[in-house]
Formats: sequence, C-alpha cells, structure tokens
Amino acid sequence: MATDTSKTHAMDISQLTRTAARHDLEQEDVCLQVDQLSLFYGAKQALFDVSMTIPRQRVTAFIGPSGCGKSTLLRSFNRMNDLVDGCRIEGQILLHGGNIYDRRVDVAALRRQVGMVFQKPNPFPKSIFENVAYGLRIQGINKKRVLDEVVERSLRQAALWDEVKDRLHDSALGLSGGQQQRLVIARTIAVEPEVVLLDEPASALDPISTLKIEELIHELKSKYTIVIVTHNMQQAARVSDYTAFMYMGKLIEFDSTDKLFTNPAQKQTEDYITGRYG
Amino acid sequence: MIDKDMHTQHISQQFNSELDDIKTRMLEMGGLVERQVADAITAATTGDSGLAEKVLKGDSKVNTMEVAIDKECALILARRQPAASDLRMVLAISRALNDLERMGDEAKKIADHALGMMEAGDPPRAVAELRHIGTRVIAMVRDALDAFARLDVEQAVQVAREDKSVDLEYGTALRTLVTYMMEDPRSISSVLHVMWGLRSLERVGDHARNLAEHVIYLVRGMDVRHVPADDLEARLGDRR
Repeated sequence: MATDTSKTHAMDISQLTRTAARHDLEQEDVCLQVDQLSLFYGAKQALFDVSMTIPRQRVTAFIGPSGCGKSTLLRSFNRMNDLVDGCRIEGQILLHGGNIYDRRVDVAALRRQVGMVFQKPNPFPKSIFENVAYGLRIQGINKKRVLDEVVERSLRQAALWDEVKDRLHDSALGLSGGQQQRLVIARTIAVEPEVVLLDEPASALDPISTLKIEELIHELKSKYTIVIVTHNMQQAARVSDYTAFMYMGKLIEFDSTDKLFTNPAQKQTEDYITGRYG
Repeated sequence: MIDKDMHTQHISQQFNSELDDIKTRMLEMGGLVERQVADAITAATTGDSGLAEKVLKGDSKVNTMEVAIDKECALILARRQPAASDLRMVLAISRALNDLERMGDEAKKIADHALGMMEAGDPPRAVAELRHIGTRVIAMVRDALDAFARLDVEQAVQVAREDKSVDLEYGTALRTLVTYMMEDPRSISSVLHVMWGLRSLERVGDHARNLAEHVIYLVRGMDVRHVPADDLEARLGDRR
C-alpha cells in the first residue's frame, strides 16, 4: 500500500490527546457571559473590568490569593452580593443572553437556576429527606410520590443515596461533614439548576471526603455547569476543565486547565501556581 | 517562558534547594558522561587500553547517578506537586537523565570496540573518522549541557542543527570505511570496530539532540520531539 510518509509525520497530535477536543474555549457553548464587570463595596473596588465566558456543562475553577475577588465574582453569578450593603456593579452578566442584573429579573428564580454551595456545610436542622425536598416544598410541590422520586434521584446524583437510604428521616445534623456537604449538593441540584456554584466546597473536609466531592463534581458536569472557587491549586488542576487566575480584582489569565498548569502565558500566573513571591 | 533565576524564588526555600540540587547533580552527571565519551574516543584513537578499561569501569558510576537523581525527581513530584515551569524542570531533568545514561552506554561500547581494535593489531587509518566525528559529538554534548545550565533556547537549536550535519557526515564516513575494506580485506575486522564506534557516536549525537529538545520544552513549554531540525526555528518563532 502506498502511503505518504510525510503525512504520517505531520499527523496532528491533537488526534491522540484525550482532552484536546474538549478544551478549546472557542468551541464551547456559552452558559454565562461576564461583560466588563466591575464591582464596588462602597468606595472600595473589588472587581476591575472582568470579561469572560463560562462554558456550559464544564467545570470552571477560579484560583488566586485571598482577597483577589474570586469569591466576589462567583457570588455575583447568582446576585449573592445584593445582600451586601453598599455593593454596586457596573457591566453585566448574561445567562443565556439575558442580563441577570436587569431590574425585571426575579432573584429567587435566578437562584433556583444558579445554585450555590458554601465552604461550611449548612444543612437545615431537619431530616435528610426534608433537606433535599426543601426547594420543592417552597415551590409548593408536596406530592409524596414526586418528592420521593426527586429526593432519591438527587441523593443518587450526589453519591449519598447508598449511605443514607435507610435513615432518610433521621436528622441531617447527624451526618459527617463530608456527607453533609454532599447533602447540601443534593439539596442544590434537587431543584434542577443549570449552574452550580461551589465556594471552597471541600476546604473544611478531610482528604477522603474531599476526593468524594471531587469525584462528584466530575459526575455532575454531565448535567450542570459548575463553577468552583478553591484555594487548593491541585484540586483546581484535578477537577476543572478551565481555570481562571485572578489577582487583585483582575482576571489575569483564563485558559484550559491543562495549559494553565503546565505552561501559563502570564508570569503572575506562573509565580502563583508555582509558589513564588508575587 | 522562564528566566534564569526562576528556580531560586520559591516561598519555600527547601523547594528551591531541591530543584537546584537535582539540576546541579544532573549537570555533574552530564560532565561525567562527556568525559566518558571523550576518554573512549581517545582510547580508540591512541590505542590506550588502560583508558578503555577506565571507561568500562566508569559506567557504573553513571548508572548509579541516574538512579539516585531520578529518585529525587520522583520525591519532588510526590512532595511538591510542581506546576508549570517547575513541573517542566523536573520532567526535563528526568528525561535528560535517561539520555545521559544511554550516552554512557554508548561510551562503554566505544571503549569495547577500542579494545577490539587493539586486539586486531595496529589501529587502522579509519580511526581518523572516529576522531573527527568524535570531536564534533563531544562539542554537541557540551553545548547541550551548557544550554541546559543557561536555559538557552538558541544554543539548543544549534545543537539540533549540528546533529543533522553530524548524521550526514556519519553517512559519508561509512562510505569511506567501505572503500577501505574493499581496498584491504584484511583490515575488515578492525574497520568494523571503527564502524560500530562511529555508530555509537552517532547515537550519542542523537541523545545530545534529545537533551536540547528537553531544554526547549523546559524553557518554552513546547514539545519539539520529532520536529525536523530545519522546522525548529519556524516552530519556535511562531510563539515568540
């Protein structure tokens, strides 16, 4: 068989690279679009002209030193910053083309669409079942059959079902920290949000629970768009498809995680991820 | 891209010294390998059997160094989970160790053939080829190590180019050796030793080129293995 050897030689390496196809921002569906966002707490500016796109059904991680604005940016995705006195924003954030800071937006509905999990697990002092069913109940859904189904499905998705199926009506406060955090994730996804925001979801957990959460994040991205803030850079490298490095309120670099952790373009990124003086 | 004193700026002083240590020891190993190759060539061209024996003994030191430094690399990966240029530094060093060890093996083979030549009688005139290509290959090894020490991409590219030119010269030398053998069939066994020695030198050159590629990976984060020497500059230029 006559083959052109020069062609074989020039074969595109991306064909062989498992992740290459997935990690091109240009080709991703856009879920959230941040457009020249600046955010002020009173006179203090916390975010400076941030523009980026959060791809749909991918895990995007925000890293950066304390006070760099990564949590502020995360919280602006479901308007948690509205709760802070004197908080003011410029620019916009589009969810499927609609500005979430538009005056007509129903913030409660927005937060159903964009759920959030915090650093410390915060289950309600109720049973495991009621914690997960909570979001549905406040929407007025009380049919037992529907609730049973949603609770089971959410707990399965949160990889907690097998551990709690025999004690659904025990208090959620009796669960371990790692279980509580997965319960909170189950509660978040019970209302079928599009986006799940995770603010340091594993930093209060032991290493095994941390791995379970990371595994869970990997599972969840087939259904949800995940945005995670983490101080643990190895965690960002492990769980995310894209990573944004922020410093002093500015987005310094945003690229595929593979690229950012092996060959970042900016010196500031390099200095941070390799532990050098900034 | 990285600058020269990057590996001295970590918040962790311990990490600084660990990285510095594997780099220094790899370069020391490089110096030893360079000497092994040079000694093997001298032994072959001057008929110094003592020197050839010394090369044969010296190889175990090279092997020991490879294992010891590679172990340090593994420990750094486990302990520090290095990223970006630090990760590339550890990977580049680990790969370089492999190439240096192989160069050491080739030096040993050359020393073996030197002894074979001595047994076959007077050194054949073909030995001149060994001296000539040997000088160029040793310079390549030195330049590649130099490029590693100074993180010098330009010099690394030079080494890759030199490798191509040495390969061409190797082809010419082989043809010359064939004419020698045809002219004087009695010399065949000793000329064959020269031929094998040349073959080893050509391999050393290839490993020097690999070292140069590791330097480019380390500094630029670009994997240029299997990129023809002529395309290297264009490829590097793209990202400049």
